[in-house]
Amino acid sequence: MLQYIIKRLLILPFLLFIFSIIAFILIQAPPGDFLTSYIAELATSGSSIERAQIDALRALYGLDQPLYIQYFKWIGRLLTGDLGFSLDWQKPISELIGERLALTLALGVGTFIFTWLVAIPIGILSATRQYSFFDYFFTVFNYIGVATPTFMTALVLMWIAFKYYGLSVTGLFSPEYIDAVWSWDRTVDLLKHLWLPVVILGLDGTARLARVMRANLLDELKKPYMEMARAKGMSEWSLVMKYPVRLALNPLVSTIGWYLPLIFSGSVIVATVMNLPTIGPMLLRALISQDMFLAGTIILIYMILAIIGTLISDILLAWLDPRIRMEDN
Amino acid sequence: MSEVKPLLSVEKLKTCFELDEGTVKAVDGVSFKLYPSKILGIVGESGCGKSITIKSILRILEKPGRITSGKIMFHSTKSPGKAESELVDLAQLEPHCKQIRSIRGNEIALIPQEPMAAFSPVHTIGNQITEAVLLHSSIGSSEAQQIVIKCLREVGIPNPERCMEMYSWELSGGLRQRALISMALVCEPSLLIADEPTTAIDVTTQAQILNLLRILQKDHNTAIIFITHDLGVISQLADDVVVMYLGRVMEVGPVDDIFHNPQHPYTKALLKSIPTINTVNRSWLPTIEGSIPHAFHRPKGCPFHQRCQDVIPGLCDQKTPALHPVTDHQSVSCFKIHDFVDQP
Repeated sequence: MLQYIIKRLLILPFLLFIFSIIAFILIQAPPGDFLTSYIAELATSGSSIERAQIDALRALYGLDQPLYIQYFKWIGRLLTGDLGFSLDWQKPISELIGERLALTLALGVGTFIFTWLVAIPIGILSATRQYSFFDYFFTVFNYIGVATPTFMTALVLMWIAFKYYGLSVTGLFSPEYIDAVWSWDRTVDLLKHLWLPVVILGLDGTARLARVMRANLLDELKKPYMEMARAKGMSEWSLVMKYPVRLALNPLVSTIGWYLPLIFSGSVIVATVMNLPTIGPMLLRALISQDMFLAGTIILIYMILAIIGTLISDILLAWLDPRIRMEDN
Repeated sequence: MSEVKPLLSVEKLKTCFELDEGTVKAVDGVSFKLYPSKILGIVGESGCGKSITIKSILRILEKPGRITSGKIMFHSTKSPGKAESELVDLAQLEPHCKQIRSIRGNEIALIPQEPMAAFSPVHTIGNQITEAVLLHSSIGSSEAQQIVIKCLREVGIPNPERCMEMYSWELSGGLRQRALISMALVCEPSLLIADEPTTAIDVTTQAQILNLLRILQKDHNTAIIFITHDLGVISQLADDVVVMYLGRVMEVGPVDDIFHNPQHPYTKALLKSIPTINTVNRSWLPTIEGSIPHAFHRPKGCPFHQRCQDVIPGLCDQKTPALHPVTDHQSVSCFKIHDFVDQP
């Protein structure tokens, strides 16, 4: 087990190196750079900038150097913990994304926990009561959940909340807490606002996960070990929980690897619609204004989250399934 | 001679599956008796209702299967709260009730058809066998583990302590079957049901397993219901034989009578299709003409009449023969032998 984890951890630096190159290529891919879009923006607002001034700025940000040198400068700074400077916001990036990153994680982890807590019991009950009213109800519910885009759900719920309850459910804090320092009250306020985006973001995943859990469990319920466990005299409920549910969970655990990153990146649109202070909308803005260091940092953070998700699912899977744990030996 | 009471007596058991396409009578009036410490063999082709019969006895039928009529009288000796033995009609119990669960595994144990998949692949062998002990007694888990280790050693598993920590897929087919036998025997049941326990393993291992079953049966005085389609195995192992066809008992009797003096045309045909040491090499073995009718198209009258060489037209295809004694021990359901009609 330990060997397995160490092996997985040893691959991490290589993955990060490759991902950082990809992230850099991605942010360099659009034509032009921050300064071209900055100049264009100035031009639309009627002011202009002189050629010499542009060159000076270009040299200041290192934009006049070859790409590979830009990359190594960037990655070198990242390794020393310096995330760089946002050209657009004119602020250090670490200052910009610190709290947003924490809120993004809270939203992502909250959504993930919500998804599993709701989907697994629904999946279990649907499978053990196949073709019952409960099963049919959640089948319909799940298809609606999968088919409805999350931003649509967000808009509908926001409209309902506003129209019938007079509530504005955007953002993650009440106005008086937005710029306040962290305190117990602020955390409570966050939790009061967090649940709605969590439900909205989690709906799609919950629906998918419940379907997968139901299908997996239905397969497991037909296995001969069920008959054997019944013949031992186990009660139906305890045997279902001990054997088939446990086995049906294994394939689900391997979905964590792609589901976690999906929550983070998938939240961009919902976060924009609901005006959530997460890094999603910031990435969108950075991409539009070609604020390359900020965009690169955020893309790299998404990639790291993806790697962590995969790592968690790998370790969980090995812990749950001895066949995977012992593969290496 | 004092009369020995049967351990299990199945009377006119009927088990049906209500499907959208119609009702399948998987077991259609099966009766037999099993005495303590005896081995009863149930033989028949695939789909004749052997497995459904034993699932009915254990009350582990899958939906939509259910027992529609009949009795399954079991002589329970370990019923909780009662010192004396008790006659229980298993057919009357709820499939998941406490009483049947205290009998399952504890008094009637099962060795299943597929040893490959009968263990969960993510739980250790020790965990799964110990569970059976803990379900039926109030001892601690370390004590239960000692019982399991002892039982694993008894079925011939080398290094049982290590086997406890292993997973089923780490064991060979023979060892896995031995582990299953020890799981069935660990609670010292009075009745062991073996559902084709040797079909999935190779012939040499098969012989070892059969030997082991015979030794264990003698040591523990366990009665066994042995289900197979292999008549050779039955002849070596069983005291009595039940021959089934399409959910009905064709013939029942002591193993010697069935093998040397078969009465029913189906039994005769089955026995002819076994190769013997005298069979000429590369010759065709006699087969039974035709195939088993589909479960939805059961023939009227005797279920075997369409394939029977001795069919009496106008009788066998109209009325169903009853299972009627022809000697002290042997009973047959065939109009060629007697003319008792089965009363439903």
